[in-house]
Amino acid sequence: MEILVCVKRVPDTSENEIELNSAGNDIEREDLVYSVNEWDNYAVEEAIQMVDKVGGNVTVVTVGDDEAEEVLRREMAMGANNGLLLSDQAFEESDGRGIATILKAAAEKGNYDLILTGAQADDNAAQVGGMLAAMLDLPYASLVNDIEVIDDKKLKIGREIEGGNQEMNEIELPCVLSIQTGINEPRYVGIRGIRKVASVDIPIQNASDLGVDSGLTGEVGTRVKRLDYFVPELGEGAEMLEGSAEEIIEKLIELLKAKGGLK
Amino acid sequence: MAQIFAYITHKDGVADDSALELAVAAKKIDSRASLTAVVTGSGNELDAVCSKMSEFYEEVWKVDNEALAYPNAEVVRKSLVNILPSKSIVLFAHNTFGMDIGPGLSVKLNSVFASDIVDFEGTDGSTLTAVRQEYGGAVSTHVACDVSSGMVINIRPGVFKADEATACSGRIIDKSGDAGDLSVKRRFLEIVEAEAGDVDITKEDVLVSIGRGIEDQDNIEIAEDLAKAMGAVVSCSRPIVDAKWLEKSRQVGTSGQTVKPKVYLACGISGSFQHMGGLKGNPFIVAINKNPKAPIFQLADVGIQADILDFLPELTEKIEEM
Repeated sequence: MEILVCVKRVPDTSENEIELNSAGNDIEREDLVYSVNEWDNYAVEEAIQMVDKVGGNVTVVTVGDDEAEEVLRREMAMGANNGLLLSDQAFEESDGRGIATILKAAAEKGNYDLILTGAQADDNAAQVGGMLAAMLDLPYASLVNDIEVIDDKKLKIGREIEGGNQEMNEIELPCVLSIQTGINEPRYVGIRGIRKVASVDIPIQNASDLGVDSGLTGEVGTRVKRLDYFVPELGEGAEMLEGSAEEIIEKLIELLKAKGGLK
Repeated sequence: MAQIFAYITHKDGVADDSALELAVAAKKIDSRASLTAVVTGSGNELDAVCSKMSEFYEEVWKVDNEALAYPNAEVVRKSLVNILPSKSIVLFAHNTFGMDIGPGLSVKLNSVFASDIVDFEGTDGSTLTAVRQEYGGAVSTHVACDVSSGMVINIRPGVFKADEATACSGRIIDKSGDAGDLSVKRRFLEIVEAEAGDVDITKEDVLVSIGRGIEDQDNIEIAEDLAKAMGAVVSCSRPIVDAKWLEKSRQVGTSGQTVKPKVYLACGISGSFQHMGGLKGNPFIVAINKNPKAPIFQLADVGIQADILDFLPELTEKIEEM
């Protein structure tokens, strides 16, 4: 099975506190630690496990600049066979639709049986997988938390739905799936693994290689434009308990008693 | 923007809470818009939902087909592409169905997609300004959307208050004949219900709930000790279940359990909307987090800025001394 996994380099929210910059037009990007989008990492692990079982190759692809290459290398250190960097000035500032357009062009240049994306990334939009599937006219399922290969024509998949329930589907190949976290336990990547792939050549394709209409990507192609970043006032906010640890604990215990929190 | 469509999620003949929230959201986009509910399904259950929706939507478009008995997004999408006029504005709840259908539908309708919208701030010509969040709710952003070719908008459940929906007496219009060919390459098989766990967190009055801030599986003991001292039970947010540190049955959130405790201690939990969506009944929320900017501090009653790994053991000790 030939599997394409679409990944994104994002600020690592477990390593950073996401804050506004002083101008209020972006998040503070100084000193941000970046890593592969968590959902995408699960998708790559799932692809590797599938190929281990049924044979084939895993290709990881991303849209980005030179720095995005480190994410591809990390996923190749996990066991992905090939990397592919889609990079062009015309791609910068693309919205989800633009990214899906670029990925569609790359997917059509290969011969993939299965395309995976993470269910969502840093912008919490959960959109690229569904758009990509529709553009390629392939069947799609989102929030996939279980995959079983039935034969080379179809998969049995589970989708995570409300209430901890799971919706089981049969889906024909080729198809596009967006992967939910928790589907597997992504393997650890050590320094040695990264070193092993450090000098592997990662091909780069630009807009003309891909035949992407530059009017559909980048800022020109954006039809959902982000205007600013801000932190809203949601209600009154919590009453913050201040003082020494002892004082805070004393106040908290009083409150818990009053609210029925201590038995 | 004379007409706005809202796709109604329903189950067992009853519309989801989001059905009326979408009507409120549509009025916020354009107070003069005429509202049309689109209800797909099959048989008596569909009729019951359509009839209920006609009390709040001026028109209800009913699409009755065996193939739509279960809301398989691939099938529903095909029907909507055939039924909706070009340049339509269509609203979905940003639930697991809305996430499944919205992005692809926007491509097929050649319109714009806006995901997980929490507010609207008006329309200027063909530009609709909406509000959404990024980075798990840490920051919000205004987005300018070009509605000139139509739009698919996924609305976050719970933010537009359903009680503001205005009553009317709408017409039910049968659009079943327009659904067209509904054959797809994804077949719904069954729903596998969540497994019951060793404890039922939905029945507990006091929950000590842990998130990423617990850092390591070995630290869960700290929360268990506190829960024991308080007479409470340990629950958690999604990352703890993803890491397989606790059973899925302990997870609070839209993809986990809906709980109604009296007191909720959110320990090292950032407070994403998916997590908070599982918290009902207006509990007294105490948030303990070392990040002063964590969204949970906007939502809690009482906040404590502290590292839970230091704070929880001290709290446990004091309670045990009582």
